[in-house]
Amino acid sequence: MTTGTPKSRSPAAALLAVVLGSACAGAAAATPRDLLADYSARASGSADPARGRAFFTTAHGRDWACASCHGPTPVSDGRHAATGKAIRPLAPSADPARFTDRDKVEKWFRRNCADVVGRACTDAEKADVLAWLITLNR
Amino acid sequence: MSSALRVAALAIAAAASQSAARAAGAAPADTRASVDQAALHRQECGACHTAFAPRLLPPASWNALMNDLPHHFGTDASVEPATRRTLTSWLVSQGSAGRARPENDRITRSGWFRSEHSELPAGVWSRPSIKSPSNCGACHARADSGAFNEHDVRIPR
Repeated sequence: MTTGTPKSRSPAAALLAVVLGSACAGAAAATPRDLLADYSARASGSADPARGRAFFTTAHGRDWACASCHGPTPVSDGRHAATGKAIRPLAPSADPARFTDRDKVEKWFRRNCADVVGRACTDAEKADVLAWLITLNR
Repeated sequence: MSSALRVAALAIAAAASQSAARAAGAAPADTRASVDQAALHRQECGACHTAFAPRLLPPASWNALMNDLPHHFGTDASVEPATRRTLTSWLVSQGSAGRARPENDRITRSGWFRSEHSELPAGVWSRPSIKSPSNCGACHARADSGAFNEHDVRIPR
């Protein structure tokens, strides 16, 4: 973001560098396996990829399943069921940026579980789905 | 980075660029702040649909939509409170003040939208490649940047 040498930095730019640096090094950055470990620990049980696949691909008493937008095997682009907008693949093997930002992951679980399940997903459900997604190869 | 931090970082980045611009006698800083808000808009709103340009709705519609994101046309589109405040003030300030509020605050129900698309044959909207009138990008390649020049229109089969 700042291209000058430290000597030429303005105070605002220096502050920016500090803020961005500490934010990027904060708790939000993670790997998919870190997130899986966290969800599994909170669920106090081991994650099951087969259960995750079933959860992802079947509807839960509402119009949509996760797969309605992400596709039944999300190693390629999905498509938003209402708007038609392309959605990048969800499997980490197909998009390494997936499941590397805790806040972003939580935001999307919050929204999408409300739409698909009609409630928040449990840690066990999140762990199962992530465990399955990690097994997928493109 | 959390959404709140991201907003804070954007604000600080805008402030930094403002002071740099003032030092260099450059253009007023509003331009840069607006660019950062547009990037946030593309990131947050553009994930599910075209990042609809603010001018496509009047301020009252933007206010109504942004105040009920958990029930956004049948989906939960909620965002962090700080993100919502930043985006709402940007959308409202850049909305088309003179425009009538369309039914359900849907861009596609606006009188100007219907008249601009009145030449299209029936059935175009339902093509699998288009799917919905809200899928601007299917025909307007630069819709996410708010560019809808008629010469750029390519209607997919």
